[in-house]
Amino acid sequence: MDLPTFFERREIVTPGDLLAEDDYVAGDNTYKEDGKIYATRVGLVEYEDRKVYVVALKAFYAPSVGDLVIGKVVEVGLGSWVIDIRAPYLAVLRASEVLNRPFKPQRDDMPSILDVGDLVMAKIIAYDRTRAPLLSIREPELGKVKRGQIVEITPTKIPRVIGRKGSMITMLKQETNCQIIVGQNGVILVSGGSPKDEQLAVMAIRKIEEEAHTSGLTDRVTQMVRSEKGGVEHVSEET
Amino acid sequence: MKSQTMVRVKQKQIAQLVSIGKRLDGRELTDYREIQLEVGVVGRAEGSARVRLGKTEVMVGTKIELGEPFPDVPDQGVLTVNTELVPLASPTFEPGPPNEDSIELARVVDRGVRESKAIALEELCVEPGKKVFVVFVDVYVLNHDGNLIDASALAALAALLNTKMFNYEVKEGEVEVKPGYTPLSMRNYPIAVTFAKINDKLIVDPWLEEEQVMDARITITTDKDGKICAVQKGGYGCFTTQQISEAAKMAKQKAGELRKLVVKG
Amino acid sequence: MSQKKPEKLIDKNDVRNDGRGLNELRPLKIEVGVLGNADGSAYIEQGKNKILAAVYGPKEAHPKHLAIPDRALLRCRYHMAPFSVEERKSPAPSRREIELSKVIREALEPAVFVEYYPQTSIDTFIEVLQADGGTRCAAITVASLALADAGIPMRGLVAACAAGKVEGRLVLDLTDTEDKGGEADLPLAWMPNLNAITLLQMDGSLTIDEFEKVVNMAVEGCKQIYGLQKEALKAKYVAVKEEVEE
Repeated sequence: MDLPTFFERREIVTPGDLLAEDDYVAGDNTYKEDGKIYATRVGLVEYEDRKVYVVALKAFYAPSVGDLVIGKVVEVGLGSWVIDIRAPYLAVLRASEVLNRPFKPQRDDMPSILDVGDLVMAKIIAYDRTRAPLLSIREPELGKVKRGQIVEITPTKIPRVIGRKGSMITMLKQETNCQIIVGQNGVILVSGGSPKDEQLAVMAIRKIEEEAHTSGLTDRVTQMVRSEKGGVEHVSEET
Repeated sequence: MKSQTMVRVKQKQIAQLVSIGKRLDGRELTDYREIQLEVGVVGRAEGSARVRLGKTEVMVGTKIELGEPFPDVPDQGVLTVNTELVPLASPTFEPGPPNEDSIELARVVDRGVRESKAIALEELCVEPGKKVFVVFVDVYVLNHDGNLIDASALAALAALLNTKMFNYEVKEGEVEVKPGYTPLSMRNYPIAVTFAKINDKLIVDPWLEEEQVMDARITITTDKDGKICAVQKGGYGCFTTQQISEAAKMAKQKAGELRKLVVKG
Repeated sequence: MSQKKPEKLIDKNDVRNDGRGLNELRPLKIEVGVLGNADGSAYIEQGKNKILAAVYGPKEAHPKHLAIPDRALLRCRYHMAPFSVEERKSPAPSRREIELSKVIREALEPAVFVEYYPQTSIDTFIEVLQADGGTRCAAITVASLALADAGIPMRGLVAACAAGKVEGRLVLDLTDTEDKGGEADLPLAWMPNLNAITLLQMDGSLTIDEFEKVVNMAVEGCKQIYGLQKEALKAKYVAVKEEVEE
């Protein structure tokens, strides 16, 4: 049974484009008015059963509980830090979510734990539209970023960096010998044995961002990484 | 600007009434509130008028002084319209330099007078390129109860029609005042008619609480021949082309009625 | 220093001084994503008009007392560079720029889902680098693209175009000379997918019949511009796709 749709799957649509009518359900980055479903952002349209949604090509991060994010401390308060997570709202990290003991203002010096300008990996533990997203760094792999490079990409392309069943990120980690931590807010931390390895990973991530909307991406990125590495290995052989 | 203090229940009430063709104060959708017009209220001005449109009150004074012409029209007098949203007129008016609402109001009133060529500006030239008469129209809003545009435009027109210039003679490039006065030469009579859109219906002359509920407004100024000389859409909503056409036709009709209050005979 | 006014603006064959027909738009060039620091940006050239727009936001509203509890605050600044016009314009905002900033904001706001981002502000900056009539329309066209480029969810794009009457004929997209020498100028902004007019102004003199015709002419002009806006938004992605997927 054919319901009226107006685009092919994965075609690029712009805000206001009429995607479908009547019985379709309005998914991400679309809205329904008078029985018509329109796109709200530039992106690739997808039709799935009765649902139509748009995979946005560019959008800022919308905080979601459970997300791992990487942010920067912008303010140190009494008992909490304000963190910029590249979202419309600043996030708050309370002292109680950092130290595994109650916070005592006389003994604990806030800036020595986290100071303005520090980068931190955290999880969003609470968020509703009425107040700032709340963060926590209690889990073992969270906390202050001590080494590595930061790459910022548009958050909608994070799934491409991870790849289907982690295929892309697994390949990247192997080929570049780097630890890669992906924040859902579009901030990625790359740390490897040498700056050259880190640079390679950064290059690969930039390529993924630029070509996220194309097909055959995993193969092309793998190829690029290997050929770049070929250059590096060649040099080290000579010494 | 939407008022955050207006009770939501009343907002709903106003909107619901409009959708069945009624208004809270009993008016038809196309009715103006009661209008009172007085002229010559300020002695020191060359011309003046006060308009009460319902509880909205606007006073306009005109002054004529010598000045320089604009470079692209060296042989014409100059018109300049200024508005003051005086703080005592509304809790939302703050003292200070003109804000965007005040500036928009002045420019819409100005547009009506200027584009309809209401004032015979070419008769105000003393020495081409050097000396002309400048007509200052100062609009003072004394009480804001909605539809400042129509009240101000009406008061401005009435004040201009009330304006008398001292008689003068030009001797060797200098202006010599002579006894007596002559009315300012007026050729057209622009009238602004403003509509608010609420629940997809157009209502004429919105009062303050209707303005706080409306999603957009459109002002259409027509001249004595029924030609449109100025249009200004305001507010965060939108109109269809059909609504614009409807407003234009209704504006012409209502302007004809209002004009009779100002222009006798 | 005033220019010599041309004898006639339109010849007896209905050809305008710049060679256009009565219903023809000036040549347009649009580019999206031109500024590195802004969250979204776009640039337009329409005839001799050159206008740049940048969007910052949504971000927390400052100062805090301006924040609106249930929606984003949309702020808009239309500004002309001192060198944009024939006679140097003072950099301080003029009354005209203040009025235009207001009507442009009111033209864009219906398109933005402000209710999704309470307590934030979305700031739009428009700089006119070179002006030749119809700048507020080109400004709306380019600002709406900058908003889309910033990834701000929108109900649709807003396209804008002016039409009017010059030497007795109804014309589309007036230049500055045509506006100054003509009988009427009517700027209009249009949201094509919702069939809605979001900006409408007019100065001059038109009968009601002429007014309706000029409004329709401007709407048709907007529809053409909308097509170009969409192409400009997709251009970057289409180019990469073509280059890479052969």
